[in-house]
Formats: sequence, structure tokens, C-alpha cells
Amino acid sequence: MIKFILMVNRQGQTRLSRYYTPVELSRRALLEADVVRCCLSRKKDQCSFVEYKDFKLVYRQYAALYIVVGVTDSENELSVYELVHNFVEVLDKYFSRVIMFNLDRVHIILDEMIQNGHIVETNKSRILAPLNALDKMADG
Amino acid sequence: MSDVVEKTLTALPSLLSLDSQPGSAKLSSTSKLGNLIRGITELTSKHEEEKLIQRELTSIKEQMSSPSTSMRQMKELMVRAIYCEMLGYEASFTYIHAIKLAQQGTALEKRVGYLAVSLFLNESHELLLLLVNTVLKDLQSTNLIEVCMALTVVSQMFPKDMIPAILPLVEEKLNHPKEIIRRKAVLALYKFYQIAPNQVQHIHNKFRKALCDKDPGVMTASLHIYLQMIQENPEGYKDLTASFVTILKQVVGGKLPMDFNYHSVPAPWLQIQLLRILSLLGKNDQSTSEIMYDVLDESLRRAEMNHNITYAILYECVKCIYTIHPKSELLEKAAKCIGNFVLSQKINLKYLGLKALTYVVQQDPKLALQHQMTIIECLDHPDLIIKRETLELLFRITNAQNVTVIVEKMLEFLQLNEDDYTTTDLVGKVAELAEKYPYNEWFIETMNTVFSVGGDMMQPDIPNGFLKLLSEGFDSVEEDRKLRQFAVDSYISLLQGETGKLPQRFLQVISWVLGEYAHLRTDLEPATVLRLLSKLLDSKNTSSETKSWVLIAMTKLCDGRTGISAAQEVSETYSSSLDTVLRQRAQELQHLSQDSELRDRVLPRDTGLEPPEVDSSLSFLDGFVSEALAAGAAPYKPPHQRQEELAQAKTLSLEPYSLSLPISMSSCSITDRQSPTLLSISSGLSGDSMDLSHKGGSTTLKLDGVKRVWGRDGYLAQRESVEEAAKVEVPSPLHSASEQGEAEGAHSQNPTPTPTPEPEQEKQQLASSLFVGLGSQSSVCLMGKAEPNPQRFRRKAKSPSLSSGPSEPTSNSIISSPSTVDNLLCNNLLDSNITSGASQDPPPELSQDLSTANGTCDVEFTDRDEEEREPSLIKDNGVIAHEDKDRPKDLCLSSHLPAELSGCSCSEIIPLCSHQSLHLSACHVQRDEFLVLVVFIYNSSDSDVQQILLELESDQLQVSCVCESPVQEVSGDSVAVCQYTLTVRRPSVHVEVAGVVSYTSQTTESTQFSYKLPLTSFIRPLTVSTEEYGTMWLAFSNDTKQNLTLISEDQESLTASLNVLKRKLQLHVVEIIGMEGIVACRVLQDQPCLMHCRVHAGSLAVWLRSPVPDLPDCLIYHCQRALQEH
Repeated sequence: MIKFILMVNRQGQTRLSRYYTPVELSRRALLEADVVRCCLSRKKDQCSFVEYKDFKLVYRQYAALYIVVGVTDSENELSVYELVHNFVEVLDKYFSRVIMFNLDRVHIILDEMIQNGHIVETNKSRILAPLNALDKMADG
Repeated sequence: MSDVVEKTLTALPSLLSLDSQPGSAKLSSTSKLGNLIRGITELTSKHEEEKLIQRELTSIKEQMSSPSTSMRQMKELMVRAIYCEMLGYEASFTYIHAIKLAQQGTALEKRVGYLAVSLFLNESHELLLLLVNTVLKDLQSTNLIEVCMALTVVSQMFPKDMIPAILPLVEEKLNHPKEIIRRKAVLALYKFYQIAPNQVQHIHNKFRKALCDKDPGVMTASLHIYLQMIQENPEGYKDLTASFVTILKQVVGGKLPMDFNYHSVPAPWLQIQLLRILSLLGKNDQSTSEIMYDVLDESLRRAEMNHNITYAILYECVKCIYTIHPKSELLEKAAKCIGNFVLSQKINLKYLGLKALTYVVQQDPKLALQHQMTIIECLDHPDLIIKRETLELLFRITNAQNVTVIVEKMLEFLQLNEDDYTTTDLVGKVAELAEKYPYNEWFIETMNTVFSVGGDMMQPDIPNGFLKLLSEGFDSVEEDRKLRQFAVDSYISLLQGETGKLPQRFLQVISWVLGEYAHLRTDLEPATVLRLLSKLLDSKNTSSETKSWVLIAMTKLCDGRTGISAAQEVSETYSSSLDTVLRQRAQELQHLSQDSELRDRVLPRDTGLEPPEVDSSLSFLDGFVSEALAAGAAPYKPPHQRQEELAQAKTLSLEPYSLSLPISMSSCSITDRQSPTLLSISSGLSGDSMDLSHKGGSTTLKLDGVKRVWGRDGYLAQRESVEEAAKVEVPSPLHSASEQGEAEGAHSQNPTPTPTPEPEQEKQQLASSLFVGLGSQSSVCLMGKAEPNPQRFRRKAKSPSLSSGPSEPTSNSIISSPSTVDNLLCNNLLDSNITSGASQDPPPELSQDLSTANGTCDVEFTDRDEEEREPSLIKDNGVIAHEDKDRPKDLCLSSHLPAELSGCSCSEIIPLCSHQSLHLSACHVQRDEFLVLVVFIYNSSDSDVQQILLELESDQLQVSCVCESPVQEVSGDSVAVCQYTLTVRRPSVHVEVAGVVSYTSQTTESTQFSYKLPLTSFIRPLTVSTEEYGTMWLAFSNDTKQNLTLISEDQESLTASLNVLKRKLQLHVVEIIGMEGIVACRVLQDQPCLMHCRVHAGSLAVWLRSPVPDLPDCLIYHCQRALQEH
């Protein structure tokens, strides 16, 4: 199961966070800082999966941007690693047409893919269908 | 990943994170959020960030509360608020606006409103209730986008209590023509299934329909529900195996539309999901496994493409092949596949390969041999994560021969590791291994490292387990002595060195061992030990908890003149300590050091295995309890019951009263709501039925399960299980000697590798010592499995783990074996419950009661209606009803029994009261649908008695008169009969009818009486099928669990016990499956109660459920008695 997904920059600043298990607001910043430190300290040739407390982190770097996913021990790390890439490809597909920064839209895309820590959709066109429909409504 | 994609992706961060790259400024200049983000990115200190965000939040608050803010602006503000809260700054003032936005916004605004709600609020937040109407409206919208949004938020979070309000609408959506709506409806139902499984029970067939949906997306969504349901009950879904196999075949065969592909691999995450489901279904089931062999083979073959995602599928496939019933051909292929993983140069694949191998070696340890050189390489891998995973693998293949090398590797890693969590975990594993193979010196030395490294972070059961092992000893007294002596030696030398850095837990262990076993070293002066210990007391680093351990150890040791003077000195210092525990220990030390005789009695050395006498029933409190009860105190209710009642009072019933949802809302956790028919599969749940035992409606303290762990002389060595220990097979000394020889031989053959100039050779050597014993099956020792070969060291008795912390070296716990507690509990119940008539002869008070002047008398009644009973009736006016007269009167009264009741089971006729010439007697007759109370009024005088008015009432019962006019007159020397039907209104162990009879003879007189009868008279069998039982079980909210004594020890004990219950209490045995049985009954009129019984550890674990509060508790009491009296 996926516990959370984070997008952070190299300075460790959170760009997006989504928790699928309850974590108190006050503890999130601390957890994020710790998690990011854990991933940033690793070299390129090192494993993309890190043990962190009683769960694991799967992280992937895209230039200055890191995407970190917290998963339970029973999860297939490699499949999550590829899920991150699928997510990024979806973002790429969407934002290459509408060049605008939108936290809400990234969240809407993520909501289509992951719900309650489970992967619910991976088909790119289906992930984007609701958002595209919303955009059309706004245009029309 | 293709280069083209890689390039596009490198451009992505600029779109997202607005890092100072050309172009990003242009992008963000249009958005206020962009400005905020850029502002924050440019800041250098946390303090500045805080200031900026607080300013931002203030401005957001201002704008949000302004009435002129449009929904479009509100959306923009909301996104900024989301951003602020994401950075950890609470923006709770926006929550209500988020709900408003979802309610009033359109399109994207509405979506952002829903998004904010799902980000801000948690499932139990009260504001969520305000969202229900919006969701309800959107679900009925004609705009599909709005329906979609509503379903999305519902599948993320929804108040559990409000599910019934939207459930019909969501169900309706399962038939929607659009796939996306159907898909989201399935996901919403999945959410409902997770938070309130009993609410979606009735739509299981709709899940099947979703599984067969023509759209692959809807089918995929339904798999989430199936994965979870199959996890909970694999037996229930075996029939679907073929369907899952067919689906996987089609997916693997590329039958899905192209857009489901990911890098040309067809729906990889769907494949993974299906493989997980198949492995659950095929586990320990040959025939089901056979159905899936073909498709697994195909999956292995198809996944040839060299891409990460195919490896992710392969990993899942290999796991599945090793989980289900084995097929050698497939195992071979899977093993080869793992080879590709671990040999890969890609580090992520190597990691996954090790993880797969770790899983697989539990099934087939020989596989580790094939990859031993790779494993050795991984052990020296620069990446600690790989190293750690390798140790995990080695941990699983540890046996008696390689344990020393593997533990050494683990300890090496511990020195490098800096992460607390890993340290704690690994230390626990080392301790586990060391305790499994306790080779004297090695064991003590290893544990020393464990204690030093693990420090005060480690699990408290490690020192506990260690001390237990040490005190319990092994099979040989000589071995035990050596082990203890070595421990003493080792600790003495530790204490002679620098002690400041030793963790407190370790010092406590050292103190206890020295106190207990220092005398084994005859050459060691007690004074020396005392001096070392008192040095600890003086240290600043020693905590007061540790000090109290030290003082206890000193109390045990203060022998001889020097000892006494040392003790006196110390006790003087600490008898004025502010810490009460320390003060007490100091006092003990002072007194016991002066009186050696007393000390030997209090702290006996080398005591036998006699446990101290403890009154586990706390019977000395019985008087107090019964007094309190008599004075009107409420009987003891276990905490869970109190809580439940409290919660029940609070919760609104939001469910419709229709038959489609015959489920009462309850505060009970849902996970507890499993049908008992599922219990045999889930061991966790079965175990659950063991807790909270003995919580029936009794008034005694529940003490079973309370283990005496610590005594005055420290850790108690599981002495209560002496009997068991005797049964454990003791290997002959000869045998053990030869085994020891072997083991030592093996040990010397495989010495710890010493550094040699040739690294390859070193690795070979290491390999031979690591993988020794894996080749031949006979010597393989798998973690967690039963040892196939006799171990060199055998623990004296397997005991439940003792996990009480070492912090309490006091002796206030109680030893009790479950069966005695059962007995005690029952006895106490009987003692404390005045209404119970278990005593064989009527207590003397009874006749006194009967003779009281106010004419009130109590008649006792027990289940044993046939019991002999000779109450003496003494009337207040001096007329004595002779006992010999009673008998014939009873006999003749029975002839007055109404004709329609003859032939039914009738209780003995009991005199109720007598007043002047009027004598009242009663009996009860059991009918199928009710219980008839028959009151006989006998007029012994010659004159008529008129205007007899009989009034009956009861707290617990519904009393209704059968004949229309109860007012009668009874002519001289004749008998009148009144009939009443009784049904239970509020269950209680014993129920009582109180009555007043008034009549006119010369003057108007009245007298009171009461009639008690057991609840059992109202119990009738309830004939239901197993399926009906299952449904009812989930619907009932009041439950109780208890362990009862089985009536016999043999195999048929369950059947025999249930038969006794059936015979005595008229319960209906629904079904008996193996060691479990389900039983149903109802209490008149229609109050069902279900019972689930399971034979566990020699007793009958009973779990009762009913919609009626208190009924389970009352019933369990009667079950207990029925079995006891058998």
C-alpha cells in the first residue's frame, strides 16, 4: 500500500504532498524533511528504494525534482517506481499542452491514479479524461 | 526509458517547481500562487518563511470572508490555502469555505472544493457531515462531471454513519452506461467495504457483475474489493479462480485496448493485482493451484522484455509460484528468473532479487546455495540498503552451523548503522538467533553486544527473554551452571571496567544475574561483587530504576561480616532517598541483611520450582463483593461493555428500518464484525476470541492470563509449567553429548574467516561457513518452522511470551491456570449471586425469611427443577403448615393443572406464601412460544374467600393474564387456578415475578410473594441455516467472549459439550466444523442469541452475540453452569 507521495525540489522544499494514511499536520513537515534528507543523500548509482522506519521509500529523480513515495513493506517497490514514471508521463502529456503551473490540477491527476493508497488507474487517457472534460467546460 | 522521453521529462521540473530557470518566471507571473511559491523559494530562513505564510494566510482569510469574492476567486484562494497547509501551516478557517466551494462552485471550482475537503479533513472530521447534501445532489446531477467528482470524493472519504443515505444512489451508478461512472461507483463501494463491510453485504453479487463488466477499467476496479475479500476469506472465492485466470490470460495475451499498455507491456499493474489474488487463492490448495499453472508459465515466458515493469511483474509471478502449491517445473523456471534479478547490474533489480530470494528461501533454502557467491558480494555491497536486505536473507537461512558467522555479520552491520529503527530491528533479530542457539560463551558474548548496542532502544522482551532463558536453563544442570558462571564472570569483568556507557537495561540484567548467580563462583567474594554494585549506585549515569535493581541484587548478596557492613552503609544512604521505591529497597536491604534467617526465607536461593501460594481468585474479597451487591451496587461490567453501552446511547441510528438493511448501528469496530464462520481461516481473528475472556456477567475480577513474571527474587522462571516441562522429551545424556561433539566439530570446521591476502579465497571461505547445512535437507533449519532435528539445547518448556517490562521487580502478579480460574470464577459467581440455588440444602436464612412477619417470602428456583426441596412453612399467625401435609397437597395441586398444559414440561409446584387460610403455590410450564406461570390458590378453611385480587409484576418479564378476569373467589377447601404467560423483556440471569394477593375473608388482607425462575426456562432452540447464521452474526452488536471448561478432553469434546448444552439449555446446534461449532437459540419471545464455540488450548472459547444487551452475558453464565454441572 502507498502511504504518501511527495514532490520536492533539490532544496528540500515540498511542491506537493498527498497522504493516504493519517499523519498529523504538525508532524508532516518533520517527516518530509527527514524523508527528503534520506533520499537526497543517496548517490545516483545507489538503490532507489530506502528503508525508512517500518516502511520503505521509493524515489525517483527528474532533474531538480524528486518524487518520493512511501510504501508498506509488502508493496512491490519496482512497480511503484514505474508508477511514478507513469505519473510523470501523464503530467508531461497534460502540461505540454497547457503550460501553466497548477497545484490543483496535479492533485486532480493524482486522485485519478491513486486512491486510499491503492493504484486505481494507470491508463493515461483515462486518467486525464475528467480533467480534460473540466477544461472543456471552462473553455465552453 | 527512451531518450526522447527523458528529455521531455527534464523540462518538467521547470513546469512544476519553478526553480530559477529561464522561462519559469514568465509562467508564474500570471498566478498569485506562482508568486507565493517563488517568494518562498527565494527565502533563506525558516523564520522568514513563517512570516511570509502568516501574512499570506491573513490575506486569504480576509478575502475569503468578503461577500464579494466570486467562486472563481475563491478557487484561486483555496489553492493557495492548500499550498500553505501543505507546508505545515494550519489553515483551518478555510475548511468551511472548501465545503462551500464544493457546494456552490461549478466545474473546476467545484472540483477544487472537493479536492480541498479531501486534503484538509480526515474521515472523522465533523464538518464532513456538511458535505453529505452536496454529494447527494451531485450524485443525482445530470452533469456527468459532477457525478464523477462526487463519486471520487466518496471513494476517498465519507462519514461512515451517512453511507446508507447515498448507498442506493451509488448502487444505481453500477448500471450507468458510462464506464467511468461505473468504475468510480465500484471504487466508492470498495471504500464502503473498507470502512463498513456490513453495509455492503447485500450487494456482493453486484461485485461479481462488476468483475464481469465488459469494460476492463470497471473490472480492474472490482479487483480491489476482491483482493481484500479474498485476503479475509480465501475459501469463499475459490470458484472465481478460473475467472481470474481467464482475465490474466487475456491481459497477458494482449487482448486489452492499446491505451492500457505501459511501455508496450499490457496493463502491468493489473497483472500484478491478479497475480496477488491468485497467490492468495492457490495457497495450500493443490486443486486451485493446478488451474493457474498454465497462466503463470505463460506470464514467465511473456515477460521477456528488458524493462523495469516486466521485472516488477516477474517478481510478483515468482512470489506467486512459491506461494501456491508447488509444481517443480514452474519452481525451476522461477528460480532461474530470480537468478536474472540478483545477477543484474541494475541495483534496483538486485534489491528486488534479494527480496524475492528472502521470500523464496523460506520455502526452499537450497536456492540460497545456487546464489551464494552473489549473496556474499551483496553482503559487501557499498549500498547499505543492499547489505541490509542480504542480512535479512541470511537471517532466514540461519541454522545451528552457520549462526555464529551470520550473527557476526549482523553485528558488523550494527556498528556501521546509524538509523535507530534498523538498530532496534536488527538487535531483536540477533537476540532471536542467539536465544535459539545458545552456545554458552558465544551466547553470553553475543547478548552482551546486543545489550550494549541495542541499549535502551531495544524491545523490552529481549532482556526479559534472556533472563528467562538463563533462569529456566536447558536440559543439563551442568550446562546451566556453566552458562550462569560464564555470565557472572563476564559481567564482573565488565563492571570492573568503565561502566558509564553501559545502557540501563544492560545494568539491570547484570544486577539481576549477579544477585542470583554470583554465589555459583565460589572463588568470588560476595564483598567484591557488593563493592562493584555499590560503585554503580554512586554513578551519576545510573537511573533510579536501575538503582532499585542494584539494591535488590545487594539484598540477595549481603552475606558475611563485610557484606553486612557494606549493606548497612548503602541502606543508610538510600533510606532517606526521595524516591519511594529506592527507599523501600533500602529498608529491605537493611532489615534482611541483619536477619539472615528471614532473608533465606524471603529470598530463597536455588529454590525448587514451587510457585508461591497466591490466592488468584481474590476470594478474600468475596464478602465485600456480595455485601456490595446486596447493598444494591451494580454488578461488574467489563470496560468494553460499558464503553459499548455508552457509545450506543450516543449514536444515532441512521439506518432505514426496512428489511434490506437489517443491521443495527453499532459503535463496535468493523473489523471485529467478522462472521465466525470465517474465523478458522484468519488466525488473528481466532486469537482475538481469546482475549477478553471471562467477562461474562460476573462480579469477580478476571485474572486469567495474568502471568506472574516477576517475583521478589526477580524474574520467575516459568515455574507454573513444571508439569509440561516434565512431559517434554529429555534427550539422553549420551545423545546430547554426541550431538554436542558434532556441533563443536562443525563449528571448528567452519571457523570465522580470518583475513587472508586472497580475497576470492576469503569469499569462498565465508560462503562455506554461511551456507553450511543448507545442502542436505536433514540439517536445514528454517526460521519459524518446527525444528526437524533435535536441537542441542532445548528449552524446558514452551511458554507464551512474557512481555512485561523489566521495570517492575515487584511481586504482585498472580499465577493462575485458566481451568482453575474457570472454576473459581464459577464458584464466585454462585457465591455472590444470591438468587442462585446451587447449594444443596436450603440455607437456614430461608426459613427465617419465610417466617417474617410482613408475610413476604421468597421462593428459590434453580435450573434443577427436579431437585429435592423441603421448605418449611411457618405462618406468622402461628398456624403451622406441616411438611408432611405439603407433599400430598402438591400432589393434589398438580391435578388442578389446566388440561391444555398437561403433557408439557412442568416444573415442581412450589408454595409461594400462606396467609391465614389462603395458600398460594405456583409452577411454570414451558410451551413453545411462551412460558405459562400457573398460580394455585388453595383455601384451607371452610368458609369462602372472596374478592381475591392477584397482581403480578416483574422488571424483567412481560406478564399477561390468560383468563380475562383474575378476580375470583375460592370456596372452602378448594383450589382456584390462575394462568399467566411470561416472556422476557430484559434478560437477566435469574428473573423474578413479584406479586401481591389481596382478598376478603372477614377483613381485607394482603400478602406479598415472589417467584424466581432461571432464564433457561425461556430459552428455545432457534433453527437457522449456516448462511442465515452468518448474516445474523454480522448484524448483532452485543457480544461477549469467555473460555469455558470442556466436559471431556478427548477428540469429541466439542460435540459432547455442545450436546450437553443442547440437552440442558435447548440450544440449537447449527453446524459443527472441525474444532468449531455454531449454535443458535432465542429467548422468548423473539430475542435471538448466537453462539460460536471453538476448542482452543483445552478449553471451549465461546463467543456470544445478540441484538439484546445483557443477553450474551446471561446466557454464558448458564452455559458455564450447564457444563460445570455435567
